[in-house]
Amino acid sequence: MKILNTIRVALRALSRNKMRSFLTALGIIIGVGAVISMISIGQGAKKAVEDRFNSMGTNLLFVRPGSMSVRGRHGGSGTFNTLNPEDAKAILEKCDAVKYVSPSVSGRVQTVYQNKNWNTSIQGVGAYYPEIRNWPVEEGVFFDENLVKMAAKVCVLGSEVKDNLFEGEYPIGQVIRIKKIPFRVIGVLESKGESGGWFNRDDVIVIPYTTAQKRILGITHVQSIDVSAVSAVKTLNAKEQIEELLRIRHRIAPEAEDDFNIRNMSEIAEGAAESSRILTYLLGGIASVSLLVGGIGIMNIMLVSVTERIREIGIRMSVGAREKDILRQFLTEAIVLSVLGGLIGIAVGIFASKLISHFAGWQTIVTLGSVALAFLFSGSVGVFFGFYPARKASKLDPIEALRYE
Amino acid sequence: MENNNLIKLENIARTYQVGETEVRALRGISLQIQQGDLVAIMGPSGSGKSTLMNIIGCLDKPTSGKYILEGVEVSSLEKSRLARIRNKKIGFVFQSFNLLSRTTALENTELPLLYSNVPSKKARDKAMEALSMVGLNGRELHNTNQLSGGEQQRVAIARALVNNPSLILADEPTGNLDTKTGAEIIYLFQALNKDKNITMILVTHDPDIANIAHKKIYIRDGLIVKQEAAEERPLL
Repeated sequence: MKILNTIRVALRALSRNKMRSFLTALGIIIGVGAVISMISIGQGAKKAVEDRFNSMGTNLLFVRPGSMSVRGRHGGSGTFNTLNPEDAKAILEKCDAVKYVSPSVSGRVQTVYQNKNWNTSIQGVGAYYPEIRNWPVEEGVFFDENLVKMAAKVCVLGSEVKDNLFEGEYPIGQVIRIKKIPFRVIGVLESKGESGGWFNRDDVIVIPYTTAQKRILGITHVQSIDVSAVSAVKTLNAKEQIEELLRIRHRIAPEAEDDFNIRNMSEIAEGAAESSRILTYLLGGIASVSLLVGGIGIMNIMLVSVTERIREIGIRMSVGAREKDILRQFLTEAIVLSVLGGLIGIAVGIFASKLISHFAGWQTIVTLGSVALAFLFSGSVGVFFGFYPARKASKLDPIEALRYE
Repeated sequence: MENNNLIKLENIARTYQVGETEVRALRGISLQIQQGDLVAIMGPSGSGKSTLMNIIGCLDKPTSGKYILEGVEVSSLEKSRLARIRNKKIGFVFQSFNLLSRTTALENTELPLLYSNVPSKKARDKAMEALSMVGLNGRELHNTNQLSGGEQQRVAIARALVNNPSLILADEPTGNLDTKTGAEIIYLFQALNKDKNITMILVTHDPDIANIAHKKIYIRDGLIVKQEAAEERPLL
């Protein structure tokens, strides 16, 4: 029997029992649809994380104080107050692989403009913050090194803060109060857009770190130093140079641990991407279970179908069907069911991921790979679960089968 | 005369194992059937005539003995070879028609051609021809459950004919039909035997039907008890 003929016969047989065929295929449709939409969520999350880190710049390094150990008891990372603005200055001067540095301190504050107020986070940074973070101002200007040196009471707003305090009013030149201290607005940062779920990067006010230290937080150390290497390939050099310099500056004995950590952006990005990859596997794995259940559904129905069609099998054998013809016919029916189910499931999965991104606001990405995987998987489910019933059918004795009522 | 033997059975025996007991359905049958013969096999139920039919029809294999069909010993062939022989050389007509339900007369008739790699266009033509041979012109696209008993049996005969077999085996072909329709079916068998020179074996216990045969074989308890040859081919 030619393959096309076999498929035609299988389609005829399936169409004789449309409702049952549809319900059987439904298991596969749901399974494939679930696999595709779940993987699309995972892929979307991964993409969002990657985009976010890429938008921060890839030659970025963070220097943070290390963990403090008092009599053998370790505190968390950042518990040391060992970094200070002079470290930042030294890094810029002594390390030739470093292009920009920006000391950084932060806190949460209440801000007031006329009759409106808003609680937001405040970032005290250096003059090269926009270059390091790849985050230019949209309106107005960023503060320069002079204003930083003077600890000037100027601020640059994130777009979310601007929207909440000014509600469409032109903000540049206006005075807002941060912790009751008046600050003049000199610029507004470009909007980065929401991408981290509940965390909005535009909900921030940026001021000179000197101002933040003296007037807002009352500290002399810095919480971290953002460093930009001269190029992406020089990030490792920069890391080594900073390490060497800070060990000397902090007078760390050769065998002692660093009292600071240096992380580069690609390490952090990799870690985040890894966790979203795990998310993808997890979601895909859960969805595959439903595909497996769909496969068992196919096996069940094919077994019923074989029992119901024993006489038909006998008739086919009496007119010359061989064992392998019968095997092939029933196997083809199972495969046709699962492949048709798979195709519909792909459409359902793509549609479902569109719905998810529309209603939940998550980014979803349907990749060709996930479609191919789901399709192949559904085909092999057909072969795997169709084989046993088909074999059972082919092993029937024609005489018994013809006599079967 | 000996050279145009279509079927030659030599001491065919068939025993079944039913639990502890051995059932000896056939206990040594020897017979010869010539090309173009119309043979009736008669006997009471349980005599072994169905078992004999199954062996002649290559649905079953004898426990011992030799079966030669068209010069080929088939008693020792494996299952898939037997299926090929059923497909090419043998047509079956059953008492209960054994047609596929919810399937048209045409598709039922095409069924054997499906298993012999006949292109679908050609299969359609051959099936149409076979259906017109049994007088079912215009009924080709009816589903089998829309057809009367006589018409269904004609579809079964068309299916048996479609691959130009050397032998048609009919097991009580009129058993489910009224007398008049049964007579028409028997007349059709006779006409096909005469016009197409197809060898026919009818299993029946109706003496009237057996009377059209050239040769009558009586079976009882797994043995041939009597063979009768008509002096000349009778006319209905």
